[in-house]
Amino acid sequence: MIEVLFFFEVVLAGMLAGTMYSLVALGFVLIYKASSTFNFAQGAMVFFAVLSFVGFMELGMPFALAFLVTVLLMVAVGYATERLVLGPLTGQNEDTLLMGTIGLAFVLQGLAQAVWGVEVRRLDLGIGDFPIPWVADNLGIFVSALDVAAGVVSAVLIVLLVLLFRFTKMGLGLRAVADDPGAAASIGIPLKTIMLMVWSAAGFVALVAGMMWGARAGVQFALVDLALKALPVLIIGGFSSIPGAIIGGLIIGVVEKTLEVYVGPSFGGGIEGWAPYVLAIFFLLWRPEGLFGEKIIRRV
Amino acid sequence: MTSKPILGPYSQGDILRLGAAMAVTFLVLPLIIQSDYWYSSILIPWLCLALAAIGQQFVMGYAGQLALGAAGFMAAGAFALYNIELRLPWMPFPLALFFSGLIAAALGVLFGLPSLRVRGIYLMVATLAAQFFIIWTIDKFGWFKNYDTSGIITAQDIVIFGHAFTSPLEMYLVVAAVVTVLTILAINMTRGSVGRNWMAVRDMDIAAESMGISLLRTKLQAFALSAFYCGVAGALFAFTYLKSLEPVAFDIKLSFQILFMVILGGLGTINGAFIGAGFILLFPVVLNTVGNAWFHGMIDATIISAIEQVVFGALIILFLIYEPLGMAKLWEKLRARTFGMSAVRPTVPADLAQKP
Repeated sequence: MIEVLFFFEVVLAGMLAGTMYSLVALGFVLIYKASSTFNFAQGAMVFFAVLSFVGFMELGMPFALAFLVTVLLMVAVGYATERLVLGPLTGQNEDTLLMGTIGLAFVLQGLAQAVWGVEVRRLDLGIGDFPIPWVADNLGIFVSALDVAAGVVSAVLIVLLVLLFRFTKMGLGLRAVADDPGAAASIGIPLKTIMLMVWSAAGFVALVAGMMWGARAGVQFALVDLALKALPVLIIGGFSSIPGAIIGGLIIGVVEKTLEVYVGPSFGGGIEGWAPYVLAIFFLLWRPEGLFGEKIIRRV
Repeated sequence: MTSKPILGPYSQGDILRLGAAMAVTFLVLPLIIQSDYWYSSILIPWLCLALAAIGQQFVMGYAGQLALGAAGFMAAGAFALYNIELRLPWMPFPLALFFSGLIAAALGVLFGLPSLRVRGIYLMVATLAAQFFIIWTIDKFGWFKNYDTSGIITAQDIVIFGHAFTSPLEMYLVVAAVVTVLTILAINMTRGSVGRNWMAVRDMDIAAESMGISLLRTKLQAFALSAFYCGVAGALFAFTYLKSLEPVAFDIKLSFQILFMVILGGLGTINGAFIGAGFILLFPVVLNTVGNAWFHGMIDATIISAIEQVVFGALIILFLIYEPLGMAKLWEKLRARTFGMSAVRPTVPADLAQKP
């Protein structure tokens, strides 16, 4: 019984940790859906956003104001990216765009460190990273309050984004742009506005993800490497699917946690570092488009 | 001046340039440079990294497969050489180096397999698996490190024909000899049928396949040769530059640096690998020196390295927008302007050659 409960606990912790990967992956999906660009810089945006947020708080801003200013800053970053990076590269093949966003990632993470410094910051959201006493007492399962909060926040964000995509005029325009930018522009959909909205949304998601990660592991450069794990998440879930990002995150979270707990000790640990990527390889061989992605057909 | 091949794929100008480069490498530099610093901190790492960058060129610049695991294969080569020297001490150094490259190449084929089905960012994730998995394996299985617990393993001496190459100049000559041979081979391959198949696959893989080029063979060949070059480069890097073996020296940061060397140097060029490696290696040195000279150590080293990241990132973006063929192309333009020569070869990616 104890073992079963423990297994359940491990899976639950994995799922909740996985939602944090999902949050990063979500930003990726937003931009990919709208512009067919793999935004490698999403991880750097997470780091940039949360480091700026903590920096503004250190300057004496209250929580809400710092949050607002950081959101505005991320909108500015999105605007600058559109104008200075992706705009001039329009029409290039996707590998070139990807390399461009790798460049962008280094600019963002470098800038953040140059402005705010490199030391590890603590971020206190008022949610403890320890087991919720009530659940522990009554169900015998230890789940961290922060994990639960991250799960709830991701769920809310996902519902909001899905509603946005499905039921608003902007969402409709966005899907049109994703389908065929030329045709969308020719019927009067404001391409630039839509892209700015998407980048702002991605920036907002990045900030939320960064706050969750930062509260757990401290605001530090290692966040960029953690965010890299959103890539296998996307491969499993599919790059163009919001539910895919969530399911992919859950799968990665559960698999790496269970492997680490049950297999890890016999190898001295650290399986978490590569397990998501190797899992992604198996998915690539079995189902390259991901669980929820659209099949890609290439023609001569 | 048109360049007509007179010896294999080499034109007269090529032979002259190659001869001049070799003369400078083996005669002029050893004669004029006395300081050990130049050999052990600039020339040796430059040549090693350039060799790894050539490997990255094969797979990315020529075969068009976006890979990001060069440092993993370098680590494989380095630890392979360490173990061969340790366990098979009778094996001559050149042969041991060759086998280290082969071991890395086998891993390259293994992790290149996904390239048969996917490309772009998908492939990048698959190669990231190589990066993380190889480093983890070396780190966690004591056998690879000969159960050393101190964390730092000293590399063995390089012994060829009973002579130990231990001074910086001697080590430089060993590295230069290996790099020269492999560079000439690389030029031969990329200008021959091997390279042309790679480029055909890069420019349009489906079209290449329907012309009878085997994708399986061509892509795996690129991965194997790329990993071979990276493996040899990693072994030399560990034995002549670091002089120790530690998996952390080959982390993902190094993979990114090699990627940057190739993009900034110029995709699909061999000299771009040398130019890119030189730039990525020297720029931080220059930035540090300038930073110290102007601000007298008032700027923290971490801030300088942050600025370095911004500059590299910005340069990547600028080059992709304004000169997708990188510094090698700039160099060629400069040469054309100075000497009135133009040597445009069909080695560059088709979609990069046509500017927007």
